[in-house]
Amino acid sequence: MALKGNLRDFSVTQLLNLVNVARKTGTLVVERSQEQILVSFREGKLSFARNGAEAAGLTMVLYHAKKLNAAQVRAINERSGGMSDKELGLLLINSNLVSQQEILASLQTYYLGMVNRLFTWSEGLFHFDNDLLPPMDKITVRINLENLIIEGTRKMREWEQLQGEIPSLEMALKFSDRPGVNLRNLNLNADEWKVISFINPKNTIRQIAKATNKNDLEIRRIVFSFIQAGLVEMVRPEGVPVPQPVEQPEQPAPQTLPRINPAQGNKTEFKSLIDRIISKIRSI
Amino acid sequence: MQTVKMVVTGPFNAGKTEFIRSVSEIEVVSTERKISSESERVKDQTTVAMDFGRISIDENLVLYLFGTPGQRRFDFMWEILSEGMLGFIVMVDSSRPETFREARNILETFRAYAPTPYVVAANKQDNKDAWEIDDIRIALRLSPRVKLLPCVARDKEAVKKVLLELLYSILEEMEITPSEEGYTSG
Repeated sequence: MALKGNLRDFSVTQLLNLVNVARKTGTLVVERSQEQILVSFREGKLSFARNGAEAAGLTMVLYHAKKLNAAQVRAINERSGGMSDKELGLLLINSNLVSQQEILASLQTYYLGMVNRLFTWSEGLFHFDNDLLPPMDKITVRINLENLIIEGTRKMREWEQLQGEIPSLEMALKFSDRPGVNLRNLNLNADEWKVISFINPKNTIRQIAKATNKNDLEIRRIVFSFIQAGLVEMVRPEGVPVPQPVEQPEQPAPQTLPRINPAQGNKTEFKSLIDRIISKIRSI
Repeated sequence: MQTVKMVVTGPFNAGKTEFIRSVSEIEVVSTERKISSESERVKDQTTVAMDFGRISIDENLVLYLFGTPGQRRFDFMWEILSEGMLGFIVMVDSSRPETFREARNILETFRAYAPTPYVVAANKQDNKDAWEIDDIRIALRLSPRVKLLPCVARDKEAVKKVLLELLYSILEEMEITPSEEGYTSG
């Protein structure tokens, strides 16, 4: 089935979060007017990216990363012939022109640059192709998406959207049950760490905002980035009385009939009532 | 005669009216009006106050299904309709990711009105553009505890399954509620 849509409706950070949580493998293809960016993932980690159909060669990536100068690029291109990036990488390492770490760091920067460009796209058709993998001759990396998502979220969110995402500051937060996620590995700023320290199902977001001296916009920005990265989820605050539905037995039809209110009455009676409904619905 | 009600909510054009129509024993009492806004013209009519369906359980008990209007400008009806409900169903159009955020907002709004059990129905799963259930769960940021059910609203069996899952959730909620008297859900 399709995983496709428009960035206008489903943002890049939401897509990255989906890829991350679902540990997807494949390529996200995003297009707008004449541009196309392809970002590949392996088990939920960024592995490769390219602009358009043609991927930049390793020498150009190293040149832009200032690991090679123009003369070196020309010389390498003349000698390398039809070498793949993997072969070329080995050659460069063996020639002591660059180290393996420098190659990987340069490629990471290049791939992240592609994703960062996507963050500036507010519109564009996307689809995720499970079968489209990076070309075999290209060097792939493994970049965790959590920090990327947090960074992208910082860049993209505006007040109206934040308000839409977090309609009430009276909700509390709890850490998600996500095995393997270590808070220490996340790049959070001081304000975000401060908010993290107050996350507890007993504290409403408004209380956290007050304690950390944040206005509504600032606290929404921070909380939203945590939610997008799958670190926390919104819950009803502990200890807050649950609002009871109002019983209106006197209302006319279809309210003329006395209505059973699940919030009141005997539990056994109520269970029997639900069982009767289940039997009926099974039979229709 | 006793009555109980469930609420079917969700964004505009998610399939709420169709869902109720599939199982209601009466012709759905609908308050549909022609759509005036061009941007919302993906169908000819929309619900402006509520839809209303009925299932007679037995001689003494009737289940009412209320469908809420999907457009925000009619959201004053939502709280009224949510009063006293057994639980609610959030319908989402699996093929329109642009409505996922709205579905999430509606879900949060109804959770705030009444902490009753709920399920999410991923409608239009027969559409070729429908997102997979697992992807929708992530997009809607639903915890694994929340039931997200594939659905085709005009398929009676699929609708029955959604209703039954909501009822099972209500029973499960009761099991974890300690007090015998004064039962409260949520």
